[in-house]
Amino acid sequence: MVQTTTSKLDTEVAAGTKVGRRDRRQLADREGFLAWAMLLPSVIYIIALVGLPLLLAIAFSFSDVTAGDPSFDWAGLANYRQIFDDPVFWRSLRNTIIFTAGSMLLIVVFGKVVANILVADFHGKWVVRFLVLLPWTTPVALSAISWLWLLDSLFSPIDWMLRQVGLINGNMYWLGRPNLALLSVIAVHAWRLIPLAAVIMMAGLVAIPKDLQEQAEIDGSGYWRRMFEITIPLMMPLIAVAALFGAIVTFTDMTVVYVLTRGGPTNSTQVLASWAFFRGIEGGDIAQGAAVALFLFPLLLAAAILILQAVRRREVL
Amino acid sequence: MAAVDAVATDNGIEVLRRRAIRRHRLARVGLYLAAIAAALICAGPFLWSLITAFKQSPDLYQRDNNPFLYNLPSTRKHVAYLFQETAFLTFVWNTLWVGLLVVMITLVLSLPAAYALARLDRPWSGPMAIAIFFVYLVPPTLLFLSLSRLVVAVHLQDNTWSLVLVYPTITIPVSVWLLVGFLKGIPKDIEEQAMVDGYSRLGAFVRAVVPLVFPGIVAVVVFTFTLTASEFIYALAFVAPTAEKVISTGVPTELVRGDVFFWQSLQAATVLVAFPIAFVFNLFLDRFIAGFTMGAVKG
Repeated sequence: MVQTTTSKLDTEVAAGTKVGRRDRRQLADREGFLAWAMLLPSVIYIIALVGLPLLLAIAFSFSDVTAGDPSFDWAGLANYRQIFDDPVFWRSLRNTIIFTAGSMLLIVVFGKVVANILVADFHGKWVVRFLVLLPWTTPVALSAISWLWLLDSLFSPIDWMLRQVGLINGNMYWLGRPNLALLSVIAVHAWRLIPLAAVIMMAGLVAIPKDLQEQAEIDGSGYWRRMFEITIPLMMPLIAVAALFGAIVTFTDMTVVYVLTRGGPTNSTQVLASWAFFRGIEGGDIAQGAAVALFLFPLLLAAAILILQAVRRREVL
Repeated sequence: MAAVDAVATDNGIEVLRRRAIRRHRLARVGLYLAAIAAALICAGPFLWSLITAFKQSPDLYQRDNNPFLYNLPSTRKHVAYLFQETAFLTFVWNTLWVGLLVVMITLVLSLPAAYALARLDRPWSGPMAIAIFFVYLVPPTLLFLSLSRLVVAVHLQDNTWSLVLVYPTITIPVSVWLLVGFLKGIPKDIEEQAMVDGYSRLGAFVRAVVPLVFPGIVAVVVFTFTLTASEFIYALAFVAPTAEKVISTGVPTELVRGDVFFWQSLQAATVLVAFPIAFVFNLFLDRFIAGFTMGAVKG
């Protein structure tokens, strides 16, 4: 509906511009210059501080640069060969994918639920919104430290609650057992990103024309039917955007793993980002750290292209 | 006969009405329960932090004490420690001015870029917009090793200004992407009109378009500030001296000494940082949502 009116407007305006352009040729000439002048500062900034470092990182991965010996010597594929022979690398790669997929699923499902709650009208909505935003707006390094105590092997308040209800007797050792540690990291990622996903999806919910919902209600379709046949299909682009943001943040994040488990127990929660950090900074082997980190980009690019294509195919609004 | 029928339908309507009211009430109760559950799950850790910040250590380090109550009298000792014995206020100040400068740099660079991509139809606009968004996919975890070399090359190592220099690379791509969608939502005849009134293209942009994208600008400001305040890896890799640190690295490194965690002070810091940011964000939430609608759906 909205789309058609704007496009009609666009054509009218475009016709108007053509008339205007004929007697103002210089303006059209200036537009090309203006476009570049407005865009170039950003492009230069990004090339200098993303493009160059990216090339440098690629160069590092083919070298033998270490923290102790920063001179650049060509090492060919030695770093990559070493990485591929290292079981920890494959473990990290697997974990990165598990973390991303697992938390993305939770983020999308619960983000949708929270978004539905937050667009409804009720008393105290302002307070609920404020409380729900907290996990996302707080610097992750700080909230992760809180979680370190909440999941502590001895003092965990979560264990305390489980003991009170009588579900367990001792402690869960959330971060001490490989599978539980994996679950804990996924849960903390999801907890942190659900508010962001909810906010993005609220944007989708708000944009759905009210009369569509009302018409469906008059026609007698129930809440769940409206949800799955109207709301969700119409929100698809924004659900995908929320999933994409969630995936990017989880995939590239090392803070949660770094604070909670430092990759342990025995590398069972190691991810590419944290492995690159431990290798490159704490181990001092910059070349290998760079080679490990390089794997982040193509995987992310592939995921992003897939998601964006899915959005385009299902574009409804 | 007719009278009996009327009574029957009246009864039928009454039953339907009651059923509708009951269903409505159930839905309301469900909504409130769901809202409370969501709030508790999201904010629970912070409420626990708030309680813990005032706890005595013997109370905290006791496995069977109720973690949500004061089993011993509360104390302000650990909060005082945070302000008096650590550089917490320096970290807050650094985070604030870095955030504000990054927000300004981001706006100054991304607003014109977004306008060029959204309005000045060049054949390369589409591919360029996608290219800029893909920059967002190059993660700090991939760049920090080589960027630290560049930071050393410009003599900004161990200096908070290195973060001012580097953070816009994270924020510009997202901002451009958000603003492009926002600008597309503004009718073109507004700047046409401004140009007819005698403004140049640039003048029309500054005088007519910028005021109208104000909600989008607010969205970008809030989003950018949150991103910079949370950033961890660059801050950890580039800046080591205490006086130059920001909150996200200063608090964890200064309040965790080896294996010794200053737990209560850490929780106090978390609460003191978390609540104001969420409060401000909540003020602008509706604007932010409006910005995202434009950005994502039309972008």
